[in-house]
Amino acid sequence: MDIHEYQAKKILSNFGVTIPRGGIVYSPENAENKAREIGGSRWVVKAQIHSGARGKAGGIIVCNTPLEVAQATDKLLGKKLVTNQTGPEGKIVNRIYIEEATDIEKELYLGLVFDRSSESIMVVASTEGGMSVEEISKEKPETIIRSKIEVAVGMQNFQARELAFGLGIEPDLIRRASDTIIGCYKAFSELDATMVEVNPLVISKQKQILALDCKMSFDNNAMFRRSQVSELRDKTQEDSKEIFASDRGLNYVSLDGNIGNIINGAGLAMASMDMIKLAGGAPANFLDVGGGATPEKIVKAFKLVTMDEKVKVILVNIFAGINRCDWVAEGIVDALKKIQIKVPLVIRLAGTNVEKGNKILKESKINYIEANTLEDAANKAVAALNK
Amino acid sequence: MTVLVDKNSKIIIQGFTGKMGSFHADEMIKYGSNVVGGVTPGKGGSKHLDLPVFNTVKDAVNETGADASILFVPPAFAADSAMEAADAGIKICVAIVDGIPSHDMIRIKRYMRRYTKSSKMTLVGPNCAGIISPGKSMLGIMPGHIYKEGRVGIISRSGTLGYEAAQQLKNLNIGVSTSVGIGGDPINGSSFRDIIEKFETDDETDAILMIGEIGGPQEVAAGEFAKENMKKPVIAYIAGLTAPKGRVMGHAGAIVSAYGESAIEKVEILKECGITISKNPSVMGDTVKSVIEKM
Repeated sequence: MDIHEYQAKKILSNFGVTIPRGGIVYSPENAENKAREIGGSRWVVKAQIHSGARGKAGGIIVCNTPLEVAQATDKLLGKKLVTNQTGPEGKIVNRIYIEEATDIEKELYLGLVFDRSSESIMVVASTEGGMSVEEISKEKPETIIRSKIEVAVGMQNFQARELAFGLGIEPDLIRRASDTIIGCYKAFSELDATMVEVNPLVISKQKQILALDCKMSFDNNAMFRRSQVSELRDKTQEDSKEIFASDRGLNYVSLDGNIGNIINGAGLAMASMDMIKLAGGAPANFLDVGGGATPEKIVKAFKLVTMDEKVKVILVNIFAGINRCDWVAEGIVDALKKIQIKVPLVIRLAGTNVEKGNKILKESKINYIEANTLEDAANKAVAALNK
Repeated sequence: MTVLVDKNSKIIIQGFTGKMGSFHADEMIKYGSNVVGGVTPGKGGSKHLDLPVFNTVKDAVNETGADASILFVPPAFAADSAMEAADAGIKICVAIVDGIPSHDMIRIKRYMRRYTKSSKMTLVGPNCAGIISPGKSMLGIMPGHIYKEGRVGIISRSGTLGYEAAQQLKNLNIGVSTSVGIGGDPINGSSFRDIIEKFETDDETDAILMIGEIGGPQEVAAGEFAKENMKKPVIAYIAGLTAPKGRVMGHAGAIVSAYGESAIEKVEILKECGITISKNPSVMGDTVKSVIEKM
C-alpha cells in the first residue's frame, strides 16, 4: 500500500525527522490562509498523487505570494497528472500540500528497502539527491553507499554515522544526520513498511537536515496490525478495477492487451500470459482467483473481467486440485447464468476430475470453446480474437 | 532417502482443529501420509480425526516422536507457530498460509540462527503448496493423484504451475521423486538454492525441474550454485515474460525491481549457468524428457 508525500512526512516527523513547515488543503479557498499560517516568504505547492516525478509533470509549483499559492492550488486541484510512473491515464489530484520553500545547499538520497538476498533491511544513500535511484545507479553508481541492518538488534548509531560521513556531511551536522537516518529506519521497522525513500534529503543553507520529499509503501499483509497506516489508504489513487478485485480477495493487475484472463494461482496466471504473448496476443489483465477457485470467486472474476471494455476474448484456465474440475465447471455455468458474456470464451480445465468438469460444461448450454492444454488455450484465444 | 519427507516422516498439523487444518489433514491421511496428531492450544487432551490433540508442539513431539509439521494457522500467528515448531525439534515444517508479513518472515529466519546446522529445522513456504514424495508421503495441499512416482525433482514457487508441470510429466510417463513448493513470498523459508542442493545429494533424484518467476534473486543464486556444484542436470522455466516492471503479479514476491529480476534476464543468466530452459510453460515436460533421454 502506498501513501501520499504529506502522510509519509507526518509519519517520519513523529520519528524525529525534520520536515519543512506545511499543511494540506482540499480547496483553493483555504490555500491562501494556509500559506499565511505556515509563514515565510516563498511556498511550494505540491500535488499529492501516488507517483514520483511530479515536478516534471507540472505538479510542483513555487510561489512568491499567498495569492499565487491559491492560484497554483486552483490550477492543480481536480487535474489528472501524467508522470512517467502513472501510465497514460494519469492520477487525479484531490489534495494539495503547501510547504514553506527551503533554501537548498545540498541534495542527498536516502532509501530503505528489504534486501531479499541477505534477508535484512538495506539502507541506501547517495550524494546525488534529486535523481531517481534508477538514474543514480546507472549514471553515478560510485556515489551509492549501502548498509545492511541486522533486524534483531536494529540500526546502530555507528551504522548511521558511517552513512552520514560517507555522504560527506560536515562534522557539526553528523549527529543530526544520523538521528534522521535512524528515524527513517525505525519508521520502516516499526510500521511494517516495505519502502521508505527520502529524495531529496536536503541540507539547507540554515544548516538544517530536512526531508524535502518522501515516499513510503507498506506491506498489505501487515495491515491487520497497522490500523493507523491502513486508514491512510487513498482509493482515488488506485485503479478502480484493482480496488474491486482486492475488496473481493482477487489478485488483479490491469494490462494493455485485449484477452481477459481468469486463472487460479499467480504462477499459472503469469505462465498463461506468457503463452498468450507467444501465440501472438496480448493479455488485458493478470487475474489470480486463488488456488481454490471457488464458484463464488469465479462469479466475481467474470464480473471483473467483463467490466473491462478492452476485453475481446476471455480465457479461463483452471488447474483444479482439491477443488475438483466438476465443482469449478458448476461455478462457471452458474456464473454465466448471472453474467452475460458478449465475447468469445475459451475454457481450459485440468487436474482433478477433468472429464467430469468438461462434461458439465458441454451439457450446459453455454457457448464456449474447449481447450485441453495451456498452449491450446492460448492459441484458441488468439484465434477467436482474429475471427 | 527422499528429499524432506518419506514414509517414515511423522507429521503433526498445527492449527489441527480448524476448517483448513481438518480438511487437509484428512486429505494427507487418505494419501497415506503418516499423520500422528495435531496442535491446537487449549484443546490438548482431546481427539480429532481419531488422533490426539496437543496444547504445544513440544508435547506433541514428546508424545508422538513427530519430526514434521504443517501450519494451517492464520497469518497473524504463523510466525509464532513456525518458531514454536523449530524450538520443539521439528525437522521439517511447511507453512501453507498466505499473508504472513515480510517483517515476521525476517524475524523467523533470524530466530532460527540460534540452532546449529544439524539441529536447525527446514522451513518451506509460506504461501506454498507444500511437499510431496509421490507414493510415500504428502506434506501439503496438492492433488496427489497428478504425481507419478519417479526420479525427477520439482521445485516451484507457484502451486498451480507446479501441478501443471507434474501433469505434463505424468502425461509423458515421467515420474517425480519429490516436489517442493517454496512459495511466492519475497522472504521465504527455503530458497531454490537450499532445495536444489538437497536434490543434488538425493540418490532417488536424477534431474531437477526448477519453476521460477519474476522478482528476487533466488533463481539466479540457484543457477550459480548449480554451475559450481552440481552434476545433475537442471531444467528451468521462468514465468512472467510479459509482466510489467514495478507491479506485483499476485505473489508478493513477483515484482521486478532490480537487474537480473525480470524473466528475460533470469533466463539469460540461467543459460550461462548451463541450465536448460523450457522456453514456454507448455513444454516443461517435453524439455525435461529431452534432457533425461540424453543422460
